[in-house]
Amino acid sequence: MRQSVPRSRRLYDTAMVGLGGILLLFIVLPFVALVLDGGPAAILRGLGCSLTWPALRLSLGTTLISVVLVVVGGTPLAWWLARSRWRSARWLEILLQLPVVIPPAVGGIALLLAFGRRGLFGGALERLGWTPAFSAVAVVMAQVFVSAPFYLQAAVQAFGRLDPNLLAVARSLGASPPRLLFRVALPLARPWLIGGAAMSWARALGEFGATLMFAGNMTGKTQTLPLAIYTALELDIHTAQALSLLLVSFAFALLLFLRRFNRDPEVARRLATQ
Amino acid sequence: MTGDSVAQLSVAVEAVLGSFSLQASLEVGGEPLALVGPNGSGKTSLLLTILGLRQPERGRIVLCDEVLFDAALAIDRPTEERHLAYLPQDFGLFPHLSAVENVVFALACRSQRASAQQRRDEAMTWLERFGIGKLADRSLAQLSGGERQRIALARALASSPKALLLDEPTASLDVEARVEVRTFLAESIRSLGLPTILVTHDANDVEALASRVAVLEKGRVAGCGLLADIRQNPPTSFAGKLFDSSRVSGAGAMAGPSCIGDACHN
Repeated sequence: MRQSVPRSRRLYDTAMVGLGGILLLFIVLPFVALVLDGGPAAILRGLGCSLTWPALRLSLGTTLISVVLVVVGGTPLAWWLARSRWRSARWLEILLQLPVVIPPAVGGIALLLAFGRRGLFGGALERLGWTPAFSAVAVVMAQVFVSAPFYLQAAVQAFGRLDPNLLAVARSLGASPPRLLFRVALPLARPWLIGGAAMSWARALGEFGATLMFAGNMTGKTQTLPLAIYTALELDIHTAQALSLLLVSFAFALLLFLRRFNRDPEVARRLATQ
Repeated sequence: MTGDSVAQLSVAVEAVLGSFSLQASLEVGGEPLALVGPNGSGKTSLLLTILGLRQPERGRIVLCDEVLFDAALAIDRPTEERHLAYLPQDFGLFPHLSAVENVVFALACRSQRASAQQRRDEAMTWLERFGIGKLADRSLAQLSGGERQRIALARALASSPKALLLDEPTASLDVEARVEVRTFLAESIRSLGLPTILVTHDANDVEALASRVAVLEKGRVAGCGLLADIRQNPPTSFAGKLFDSSRVSGAGAMAGPSCIGDACHN
């Protein structure tokens, strides 16, 4: 027998479906326009623009380096942060999240004031023969600056969620600290770590403000896809559209990749420990 | 092998854990000791302290003449060097590894030089010893609670431990599996003769697996002695209720020699 739903509940459900629908349209309609506007010929012409391939190559190259740096450095740091009982570790964790709430343009100015030629540490760096500002290195630095906190947070949470009993047992069996990390913690946390790395990558790929301020917008040298979109917008909107579609396809590929690796690990875990 | 009257694991610790203080001393020889007490009495904390996962303020823990912890001498061996087999309530098997891989993990921790094939062969020997050789390549999701408990014990013993710490070994099992696991654990513990500490809420576990009992109350050892004595003169109302409510025959109980040393009461 069907249970009768109170009227207020029905109203509430209807209102929420309506609200969800509006938000969905708001998100989907621009994408529809992005794909359909101007037709395929205009988009193909846009892809042929001289900005496209240098920007794509630079974006892929720099984000790949950024994500590798973030994962290689962030994983052991997150493992330590998740397990440390020091108060200072909690503070460090909070401070490392700072770039998430800082506007990227502010981050870029801060990077410039620190490592730019006339920056606080610029002179010292120059004496060492290194001037990172307005180079591909600056692109990577800006990307790491804004994207590292995303991976770090995901990894700290992933390690924090591990069953402490499993870690205790592994240690009692004689597992050395590296074995504990590589053979127990990493395999168990893997789905969340991959999710965090993908988030971080997506953030680096979309990086605009900090890159513009700290690395500039030089075609073939520091002009990543988002900066190329900005430049193309002044020339021809369909070129900007084509470049945007390129970025969207990457984001979509990332999403698929995430789904592939993030088959609910909690379910597997529950099954495994029943 | 239960007649061994030499204390192999001796623990005397004082620890402040938040608002709660733990002050306990115990000596365990070849006879398994059950640690009983109400929730929050410090049973698990004591177990984790022995394991080296909690650091006491004062005290000393010695296992087979090896000092694991000594506050005065600033000795604090890390958990992985203590050679203690720890079996938590939910067995603590690694869900990303198969049954045999779980045992291989323990072997790999202790012997770096053996080849992968040698380790696997040895792991198979352990599983076969516990009658679960045919489950070697199963994923854990396919195994019953009793089978998991056997794998956990096989894995623990493969790491060549010098003592056994069990935390509520039957609590997460259904009633039927409980009886099976209890029998199996009783046989294993008796034949191993390792110093064994068993934390439990279950009087049936105590009767079947332990020959001595330490009763914890508010972080203190309120009484320690032979199972029969504790049952007859329970030192706390909790112990009284625990053994009064258990209507099991005494068949599982093992009569052993007297409580070791004077350190058992506090």
